[in-house]
Amino acid sequence: MTLLDFVNFHVVPGLVLGSIYALGAIGVTLVFGVMRFAHLAHGDLATLGAFVALGVVRFAGVGPWQALPVAMLVAAAVAIGADRLFYEHLRKRPLILTVIASLGVALMLRSLVQVGFGVDPQSYVRGLVRPDVFFGIRVREREVLTVLTAFGLVAALGAFLAYTRWGKAMRAMSDNPDLARLSGVDTRVVTALTWGVVGALAAAAGFFLGLNTELRSMMGWQMLLPMFAAAILGGVGRVEGALLGGLVVGLVEETSVIFLPAQYKSATAFVILLAMLAVRPTGLLRGKVL
Amino acid sequence: MNPGMTLLSMERVTGGYGDADILHEVDLKVEKGEIVVVVGPNGAGKSTAMKAVFGLVRVRRGHIWFDGSPVAGWTPDRIVRRGVCYVPQVDNVFRDMTVHENLEMGAFIRRGDLSAAFDKVYGLFPDLVSKRREAAGRLSGGQRQMVAMGRALMLDPKLLLLDEPTAGLSPKYMERIFEIVRDVRAAGVSILLVEQHAKQALAFADRGYVLAAGRNRRDGTGGALLADPEIARLFLGG
Repeated sequence: MTLLDFVNFHVVPGLVLGSIYALGAIGVTLVFGVMRFAHLAHGDLATLGAFVALGVVRFAGVGPWQALPVAMLVAAAVAIGADRLFYEHLRKRPLILTVIASLGVALMLRSLVQVGFGVDPQSYVRGLVRPDVFFGIRVREREVLTVLTAFGLVAALGAFLAYTRWGKAMRAMSDNPDLARLSGVDTRVVTALTWGVVGALAAAAGFFLGLNTELRSMMGWQMLLPMFAAAILGGVGRVEGALLGGLVVGLVEETSVIFLPAQYKSATAFVILLAMLAVRPTGLLRGKVL
Repeated sequence: MNPGMTLLSMERVTGGYGDADILHEVDLKVEKGEIVVVVGPNGAGKSTAMKAVFGLVRVRRGHIWFDGSPVAGWTPDRIVRRGVCYVPQVDNVFRDMTVHENLEMGAFIRRGDLSAAFDKVYGLFPDLVSKRREAAGRLSGGQRQMVAMGRALMLDPKLLLLDEPTAGLSPKYMERIFEIVRDVRAAGVSILLVEQHAKQALAFADRGYVLAAGRNRRDGTGGALLADPEIARLFLGG
């Protein structure tokens, strides 16, 4: 195998998949950081976002990129709504109850998608897209845009967390919730804001997965494991860690097919997860929560 | 003393967490410009009395007046807005945020230009100026305590509540913290201080209260309490 083949068949798809995992893992890590629980509905929130975009494409007749912001807004609203309806009143109970409730939300969201769109695979646009070639590297426009948009979203989130009043409040609440409350931070606002960001990023992850492969009602659920692996790999509670973790898991999955039968691709995320939990549960960038 | 000078007054406060009362008819006052120290053995309810002022304890009976308002039952953020700031004993900084961001969070409820508040706090804690871009969790215990106090002072409070600010610090840093407490008072802030280092604290306090088993045992000027042989024998370690 030449180096060019390696780049074309493993690095490019790995970066694309890694960017998608990164968007999902950042949501996982934010929920863990601010709310302190593992959000099992995260994958299905991504599925919902992907299919909302499909609905907009079908009914409004616009291109998938125009549908993305709509999907992000809808998923943000759904995430905030799920918190209000199903998680908020469990806040003072043991956290495992919220985790189980999120599993229920996952099943509900998936069922909604299946009722609306059926269970057959679908796609945003029909027909094959031929890749462009740059110096022998074959990439499709949508792959470049996926990686660029994912990084753009992460950079925007990073700037929001670093420089804005409510971004700092979010970090403060993730860092020390009691002290944030004593400082006069309205935790309900921070909670709603977190869910909004998490929902929007999940929708983007689902959209990009659908754009680069196809839309299936189980797509998000199957992405849950690699997203959690990426979040733990990077250090739970750290946004930059989740980005790194997502890219690593994506690249490892896509290069694993050199050594392993392709059916085992998704098992590699599981191996990463187990290895990290056994060796360094705080993650590469020393997480704040675990 | 002139009653118009009273900033904080707890009157026969009974309360605690859940169903159990920890405080029993506790009386406590802070006059404007005073440093008042609460001492007593472990489990005496010192920290609980302080938390009651800040709305973190359920007050079942009695009254708490702050600057003319009955504040018992208020939420902490409402009390903060009224001019009381509280520094918890542990976990009192945002570890992953910089020193500067910690101070900024202290003034979260205040909009607009904070540069005067920053100048004032950095003036009180010159040690922090060179550390402003460092994560608070990486500082030494004493410096972290300064960040915690600085955070609380960003809102320019009338009353500062300090819960054992010298716990776990070396004697050198303890002296430094006590020095800062006096500087803060000189800057016009009244202080209610809970302290394990009772002798050292009573030595510079205007007045002190001795609590035991959630009740008032004795109060008076710092000097009078230090000179009281019974207090010395029972609570100050001889």
